[in-house]
Amino acid sequence: MGFVSPQDAQGKKRKSPGAASLRRVGALIRKEMLQVVRDPSSLALAVVLPLLLILLFGYGLSLDVKDAPVALVLEEVSPGMTELVGGFMLSPYFKSTVTPSMKEAEDLMKARKVDAIVRLRDNTSRELASGRAPVQIIVHGVDANRARIIQGYAQGTVALWAAKRGLRMPDSSGGLVRLQSRMWFNEAVDSRYFLVPGLLVLIMTLIGALLTALVIAREWERGTLEALLVTPVQSGEILLGKVVPYFLLGMGGLMLSVFAARALFHVPLRGSFLVLAGVSALYLLVALGIGLLISSATRNQFVASQLALMITFMPAFILSGFIFDIASMPLPVQIMTRILPARYYVTLLQTVFLAGNVWSVILPNASVLAGMAVLLLTLTRRKTRKRLE
Amino acid sequence: MATEAASQTSGMEYHHSTEPVILYEGVTKHFTRGKREIFTALEGISFRVEKGSVTGMVGPDGAGKTTLIRLACGLLFADEGSVRVRGWNVSDHPQQVQSRVGYMPQKFGLYEDLTVQENLDLYGDLHGITGEQLAERTPALMQMTGLGRFMDRLAGRLSGGMKQKLGLACTLLSSPDVLLLDEPTVGVDPLSRRDLWEIIHQLVADQGLSVLVSTSYLDEAERCHRVAVLHHGRLLGEGPPSRVSEAAAGGSWLAEPPASLKLRQLQSRLITSPGIVDATLEGKRVRFVASDHTPWESGILENATCHETSPRFEDGFMVLLRRAAGTGASIPAADGEKTPTVVESSPEVVVEVRDLVRQFGTFYAVKNVNFQVRRGEIFGLLGPNGAGKSTTFRMLCGLLPASSGTLRVAGVDLRHARASARQRMGYVAQKFSLYGQQTVMENLEFFAGAYGLRRERKNRRIQWALDQFELQKHVNLPSGELPGGYKQRLAMACALMHEPEILFLDEPTSGVDPIARREFWYRINGLADGGVTVIVTTHFMEEAEYCDRMVIMLDGEILAEGAPSEIRQLGHGPEGREPTIEDAFIAIVEDFQAAKAREAA
Repeated sequence: MGFVSPQDAQGKKRKSPGAASLRRVGALIRKEMLQVVRDPSSLALAVVLPLLLILLFGYGLSLDVKDAPVALVLEEVSPGMTELVGGFMLSPYFKSTVTPSMKEAEDLMKARKVDAIVRLRDNTSRELASGRAPVQIIVHGVDANRARIIQGYAQGTVALWAAKRGLRMPDSSGGLVRLQSRMWFNEAVDSRYFLVPGLLVLIMTLIGALLTALVIAREWERGTLEALLVTPVQSGEILLGKVVPYFLLGMGGLMLSVFAARALFHVPLRGSFLVLAGVSALYLLVALGIGLLISSATRNQFVASQLALMITFMPAFILSGFIFDIASMPLPVQIMTRILPARYYVTLLQTVFLAGNVWSVILPNASVLAGMAVLLLTLTRRKTRKRLE
Repeated sequence: MATEAASQTSGMEYHHSTEPVILYEGVTKHFTRGKREIFTALEGISFRVEKGSVTGMVGPDGAGKTTLIRLACGLLFADEGSVRVRGWNVSDHPQQVQSRVGYMPQKFGLYEDLTVQENLDLYGDLHGITGEQLAERTPALMQMTGLGRFMDRLAGRLSGGMKQKLGLACTLLSSPDVLLLDEPTVGVDPLSRRDLWEIIHQLVADQGLSVLVSTSYLDEAERCHRVAVLHHGRLLGEGPPSRVSEAAAGGSWLAEPPASLKLRQLQSRLITSPGIVDATLEGKRVRFVASDHTPWESGILENATCHETSPRFEDGFMVLLRRAAGTGASIPAADGEKTPTVVESSPEVVVEVRDLVRQFGTFYAVKNVNFQVRRGEIFGLLGPNGAGKSTTFRMLCGLLPASSGTLRVAGVDLRHARASARQRMGYVAQKFSLYGQQTVMENLEFFAGAYGLRRERKNRRIQWALDQFELQKHVNLPSGELPGGYKQRLAMACALMHEPEILFLDEPTSGVDPIARREFWYRINGLADGGVTVIVTTHFMEEAEYCDRMVIMLDGEILAEGAPSEIRQLGHGPEGREPTIEDAFIAIVEDFQAAKAREAA
């Protein structure tokens, strides 16, 4: 034991404890892995929950409008009108029911059995002949977003019909300017294309912050960490012993999600996988840093999970741009999102998946994440002491 | 190198022939509790642990034992004074100390989802033990702890006793020369406790190990070379156990009551008399300790035959504790109103348990348990952690359905009429179910309301509780801030609000200081005399003496049933001493295991 001197009390290595230290870190990582595999709750959090999220968001949640119930009020039957009815019937966006009077349609609307009413008045074909035929569209406006989409689709259907019949819509005046719109990056305008990549932010947050904070709190509660501290192990080794396994687990979650996105939902990955893995690793380190910081603040599993949910998961869900567009948030909230690591990661995810390796987006966002990772991990390293206070 | 450093840093101050392995000098430690409140955990503690000896720390919860051990392994630093381990000042060189001591925290610090082998491997790797060293040490450790057969079992699936041994094996793997054990025997069965002490003494004899161990079992303190008695962060006394016993020198007596007087009555009478420090039951006699400065009246003994005896460790301990508390006998006689339940001449059976079974998956927590309890009895369920006591208890209270068997409480079948049975029982859960942020009064009012008491009866019962349990002065204190003994009183008061016929108490005395434990049993006696049936679980074997009848449970089975005096006779005490309940427990379990082994063979 002659090599020990007071100078290396703080963990500064002087004589080759490197080899021994590698062995200790290895033992800690092995232990952590065994625990994850054997503990149903860790496994649920690391594997089952991500899978569930992917399936739920992939299949269940969609922001697209399909098969919206519509009531077609047909007060007069004429060939021209039936053509329009056919247009609605055949559209994938609507599921139409024909009602003979406005009264019935209103009742259906009140009961929210239909989301819109398309009314063709009894004098429509006569007015059609005179060149002005009003078609009334009433949309259930409670869900504003959905209402706007339905309104658009209904207008489109009517316009299509009108064009076919050589009629002119009142707003597409003149033939000089023709509007041609294209959707870039998400050509099919399928909301899954941006939801599924966005999901990665939730999965990484769960594994990086929540799971890590939980397992450390559990070690405190069970008294195992206390026993660990009174061994030759150094605080940095304990940190590595936690960071490495959960980092690997997070990267595993990434593979799983990318595979699911490609295979199940056919989401294109237009950027390179390496770039995706790189920025994900950065975000994962940030999440781990937050998880470790939470666990240094509390030694109680319940509090740790509450903190992790409030600080990381909820903001990643609501304020990251994963579901709700940041640009349409009020300015103060927009400013607030700037401190959220999840926001940068979501931008990166959506860019890499759908737009490709756009370096002008990747570099600034990735550097913010890198800066946060360095800051958080340094802070954690400083805060980790082999002491109880 | 370590010894070199020791001679450099501490050589000047100590000229003792034996160098202390651990040295506490004027150690003071404060903790902040809540936001502003500062709480003194230790105040000016100085003592030493000599090389090759076992030093015990005894004292109730909150005495500062755990803090002292954590200070010695660098998990906490002292605010004032210093702690040295093998010459290293712990605050300056925590890593040096942590690499050399073996520390087993409370709950043993095991990874429950790792197997025995994996736990050992982890600690082997952390301590950097080479393959050869491991090959050399493991067989010896396995033989010593008897863990060899369980190498592939998950640590979480081991019994309390085996966990404790695995914890010990993990700390011994690195061959430390200082061993720090924090309450290694809490809730562990007597057999495993005995084994642990044999292992410790063997290690000290063979390898010159130095051991610092904390315990709340006073009989364990007697097995140490030196003892430090702690109470509320102060050192009340330090020295060989005999020195502690001497505090009661000339004051220890044994009294045998005449036929006209029940044993428990004599004990109750003694413990409430001025000048008497302590009175406990010991077989058919009452052991009491008289204070040296307050004369006691011989009248209280009536016609009991009485002779002086040599003081035990516990007697001295109680004298020290009372002295620190500044009072003589501190238990005031309970006055007048007994719980108004009718006492009947021939007590009927109020609790009947037949063929009770409780299964969790494939695991039988309780198998075929049978017993009966009569009105006004104090009935004890004894056994180590995991014996099935709490499971049986929860079924009795209707909190957990039985897998099979019959359960009748107060004449009501629990399977059909739980609610009406609950009206007639009071239940004090482990660690006391109180609302910590609410005051004493709010808790009492809540429980009175929950039991449906109104107006006059409510007021009368609350007043009764305040008087009977002396809670008046703490009425407006949040119950979370009450001292331990008062929490227990309040929990009992709440459970007794609705004047139940049967009172269930689950581990009511664990972690409570000995004075409060005496008080508790005194009150229980009073309740039983008033006709309340009391069913109580405990892992303190000596508390069984206070029961009228008891069962001993292990692995979900009842191994013995009877009055304490009958149970005692099953044991074989060392020569010249009557067997204790603990001796009996060990004998019963050994017989049981031998019978099982024969069955298997």
